[in-house]
Amino acid sequence: MKEFKVTPIRNGTVIDHIEMGMALKVLRIIGVRGDVSSTVSVLMHVPSKKNSWKDIVKIEDRELDPKELDKIALISPDATINIIRDYNVAEKFVVEVPERVKGIMSCSNPGCITNKNEPVEPEFVVETKKPPALRCVYCDRMTTDIAENIV
Amino acid sequence: MSGSLKGLDIVSIRDFSRDQIEHILKVAEGMVPVAKGEEKSNLLEGRVLGSLFYEPSTRTRLSFEAAMTRLGGRTLGFDEPKGSSVAKGETLADTIRMVDAYSDVIVLRHPQEGAARLAGHFAEKPVINAGDGAGQHPTQTLLDLFTIMKEKGGIEGNHVVIVGDLKYGRTVHSLSEALGMFGAKLTFVAPPTLQMPKEHVKHIESMGMRPTISSSLDDVIEEADVLYVTRIQKERFPDPAEYQKVAGAYTINSAILRDAADDLIIMHPLPRVNEISSDVDQTKHARYFEQAFNGVPVRMALLSMVLGGIE
Ligand SMILES: Nc1ncnc2c1ncn2[C@@H]1O[C@H](COP(=O)(O)OP(=O)(O)OP(=O)(O)O)[C@@H](O)[C@H]1O
Ligand SMILES: [Mg+2]
Ligand SMILES: [Zn+2]
Repeated sequence: MKEFKVTPIRNGTVIDHIEMGMALKVLRIIGVRGDVSSTVSVLMHVPSKKNSWKDIVKIEDRELDPKELDKIALISPDATINIIRDYNVAEKFVVEVPERVKGIMSCSNPGCITNKNEPVEPEFVVETKKPPALRCVYCDRMTTDIAENIV
Repeated sequence: MSGSLKGLDIVSIRDFSRDQIEHILKVAEGMVPVAKGEEKSNLLEGRVLGSLFYEPSTRTRLSFEAAMTRLGGRTLGFDEPKGSSVAKGETLADTIRMVDAYSDVIVLRHPQEGAARLAGHFAEKPVINAGDGAGQHPTQTLLDLFTIMKEKGGIEGNHVVIVGDLKYGRTVHSLSEALGMFGAKLTFVAPPTLQMPKEHVKHIESMGMRPTISSSLDDVIEEADVLYVTRIQKERFPDPAEYQKVAGAYTINSAILRDAADDLIIMHPLPRVNEISSDVDQTKHARYFEQAFNGVPVRMALLSMVLGGIE
């Protein structure tokens, strides 16, 4: 039998195995603010089989787009996406850190030209995936504090 | 990547293979008589260089202009953004689009890192990076390599000692990576707080080289073939007394050169402040003025190659 600490959702998405402490960043990425009409539940610091602790975010009546998935992968490369249909897990996959990232993160180098109002989207080559480390295509510097720089 | 440089941007030395660099240096060698004014050339006659200096840099700007002029071309542009549309807040992208339409090749010096790469995206004409803030400065690296090649007959096997601010000096990072690629033996001399960052040492080790890390110039000067001196910036030290101490420990003067090999050469990207005392200028070791001159043939080679005047 399934044990739920929050009310089950009929349709929606469960983002599971989020790196502990990243749940609020995930909410920011998927744009959950006061004007959302469906239910959103957040579980922080939940015991996990894989790692010792994890966070979980459950959103009703919503599926994620590829940009949102890329962002979640960058801040939490082990997160799983569970699509819930009619109360059951209809689909499950692990997010995937992309090879190249464009427009979803700003460069952590304050001296970088992409931080200066130029008409370009910041762009990065992913050098290592776990933990993610990204090299700016413009200034060549590494950004490792991804969560701070996601836009 | 190998083959023609025609139409390519010159943004970072990392974009080039050893073969390509050797070829550029060979073309540069052939440019020397023209650079000196001993021979005339109209290889780039009718061609226009758009020279955009958002930051002052006398040496780099003048040597590009000299290079273009010696090859029969013309230069337009600015040497500070004041008074230009840039001062009114125009984006770099827009300025580049405009200059792209007025010229055949663009040279850019800009305070922001990555500016040259960005310019390359907006320009159809080739862009040559003349320094982007704390970022890359590939023509400096090329002229440094050219100087060693010319003075020493080659790069491989030479022991190059690099002294100064190795942590923040990004041109030193590109230079040492290039020297590693050419098989030079490297020693990095700096106070521990200004030593070469680990990622660069690792990168050089990945090419099969074993750089030596030291904080004492005395210990290594005897075995050096090339002594490359860079500036230690005051701003890096919260405590002025600490700066004085460190700067003093790495000053090159005739006393420290007592045990140096006869054919040691001393290089410096210039301008120097007091890293090299003026009594060294008269010694057989000094090569920094030749090095500065070498900027002209090297830039002539690059301009002709990206413009397709020479393969
Ligand atoms: N109807 C639902 N409403 C809310 N949450 C649900 C619903 N169904 C499943 N979940 C949650 O979705 C996640 C994945 O469910 P699943 O049954 O696949 O668990 P699991 O077998 O532990 O998966 P995993 O191996 O990925 O941890 C769990 O956190 C679970 O609590
Ligand atoms: Mg589970
Ligand atoms: Zn950057």
